[in-house]
Amino acid sequence: MRYGSSRFIIGFLAAPVLIYAIYVIAPYAQAFYIALTNWRGVNATPEFIGLENFRRLFGDGIFWKAVGHNALLLVLLPVLTLGIALFFAFLLNVGGKSGVSGIWGSKIYRVVFFFPQVLAIAIVAALFQQVFRPDSGGMINSVLPEPVGFLSDPDIALWSILGVLVWQAVGFYVVLFSAGMASIPKDLFEAAAIDGASRVSLFFRVTLPLLWDTIQVGWVYLGIAALDVFAIVWVMTAEHGGPDSSTTVMAAEIYRNAFHYFQFGYASAMGVVLFFFTVGFAALALRLSRRERVEF
Amino acid sequence: MVSDSVPISRSEARAIRKSVLGPAWWATSQIVLLVWTVLVAVPIVWTFLASIKTEVELDDAWSLPAVPRFDNYARAWEQAHIGQYMLNSILVVAFGVAGTMLLGSMAAYVLSRYRFRGSRLLYLLFVSGLAFPVYLALTPLFFVVQNMGTVPVIGQFIGLNSHGGLVLVYIAYSLPFTVFFLAAFFRTLPTAVAEAALVDGASHTRVFFQIMLPMAKPGIVSITIFNILGQWNQYQIPLVLLAGAKEKWVLTQGIADISTAAGYDADWAALFAALSMAILPMLIVYTIFQRQIQAGLTAGALK
Repeated sequence: MRYGSSRFIIGFLAAPVLIYAIYVIAPYAQAFYIALTNWRGVNATPEFIGLENFRRLFGDGIFWKAVGHNALLLVLLPVLTLGIALFFAFLLNVGGKSGVSGIWGSKIYRVVFFFPQVLAIAIVAALFQQVFRPDSGGMINSVLPEPVGFLSDPDIALWSILGVLVWQAVGFYVVLFSAGMASIPKDLFEAAAIDGASRVSLFFRVTLPLLWDTIQVGWVYLGIAALDVFAIVWVMTAEHGGPDSSTTVMAAEIYRNAFHYFQFGYASAMGVVLFFFTVGFAALALRLSRRERVEF
Repeated sequence: MVSDSVPISRSEARAIRKSVLGPAWWATSQIVLLVWTVLVAVPIVWTFLASIKTEVELDDAWSLPAVPRFDNYARAWEQAHIGQYMLNSILVVAFGVAGTMLLGSMAAYVLSRYRFRGSRLLYLLFVSGLAFPVYLALTPLFFVVQNMGTVPVIGQFIGLNSHGGLVLVYIAYSLPFTVFFLAAFFRTLPTAVAEAALVDGASHTRVFFQIMLPMAKPGIVSITIFNILGQWNQYQIPLVLLAGAKEKWVLTQGIADISTAAGYDADWAALFAALSMAILPMLIVYTIFQRQIQAGLTAGALK
């Protein structure tokens, strides 16, 4: 703007920049240095030890277990959530009796599906801990012939977590994809249907390519969410990531090492690894999913 | 359009469409969608039901209560301090969101509408915060807030175990997305009105508050909703910063604590009542404002 006044600019930026610098920039900058120290305990003085923490991290079985669990979630959370949400959004928007209009009740379905998204993940975790209870008080186990250790069986617990995460996330993407589909001209579906396209090819040849941008955004969101999983593991599982580390994730190990064991240097080294995973994933996702944009 | 080149009438087209996407398809769709509706609704309804049962009745997950036991709610509110935690959450989120919106819109406005040396760099600095996992900053953040507590006079209000400290941290970590979103929004607004007001002698500050902010209302509403939900649902940051003062805890901490620390002699009925008290207000607010909430939460992804 031509009538720029530097006093106004400084006045408006001073407070937000100051707060941001103190609470966001400074901690991130320090984290990389702390990762190179042996800082242990609240009152101890940190000592520079180079890459020692990372060497130790390399042989830390529990941390690699956590990385593996994050990796599993990183692949399956987006695939399941986006797959289910695309399917539902397709049913809602193209499933109407007249062929290409919204299905009867589509508004209500969208409202219901979206609701879990507004609940805190910590509260969802406490709720599902009760749903998954192994005894007759558990919502699911009381009606199963054989009790299933949803949270107590190390082979199953991680799948229970994945299930809850998908349960919560699907509605958000149904709404997102519905908005995307609503902006696709109806003539495209009509034309394809008249030309004899089956439902399957309508979905794969018309809907999917035209929604590609939105799917890509969802992919990045869910991938980052999978790398940042914490509250659900911390609140819902036994021993905060158990049983026997079968559900632990990187964020839980960072928190545990920092605030239970007071190994600040070591926890920060884990944070640095998580940081590079996150940046690497985002770069990879944006690169792999780049394709020609369909204009309509 | 493609359909123009198809040599058939409208009624013929409709008939073909019906045969492709027929009633069987419609029925299958309805069933599939109903199943997911049940999957979403049942755990929540079941929690409401469990919240009015006795401990003995809770042993049978699907039994109905003989009499609705609303004293569970009284116990959760008083003994499990859910009332206190809810009040804390309201307080922190009210100040947190107000501060975020004020500072975020000011920064976004200046960075999007004024050219000066370093404006691009500052904008990138704010937006880069979107890519960083908060867990990386957790340890230093704890010590930053601890050190802020030693500042003379105001220290006691912004240190560890204080709501003021949590509010400032919420504001700081909400700024990246708020600035990113609002800067994009301000860029789309016309400049003519603001420039006319400046020519007429209005100050930059006045132009912002009386002209640009009202024009940006739709964007402000979306991002306010986004921030309210984000800060209300936060668990990790208060867990670190309020660990030493149980009476300062927010709602998510309070409920997670009953759930994790309770052990075998836990008051499960009170837990269900606490969960219901956390979910019910969200359900009511969501039912009233569902359009705005859906728009607010998906706004970022659609940008």
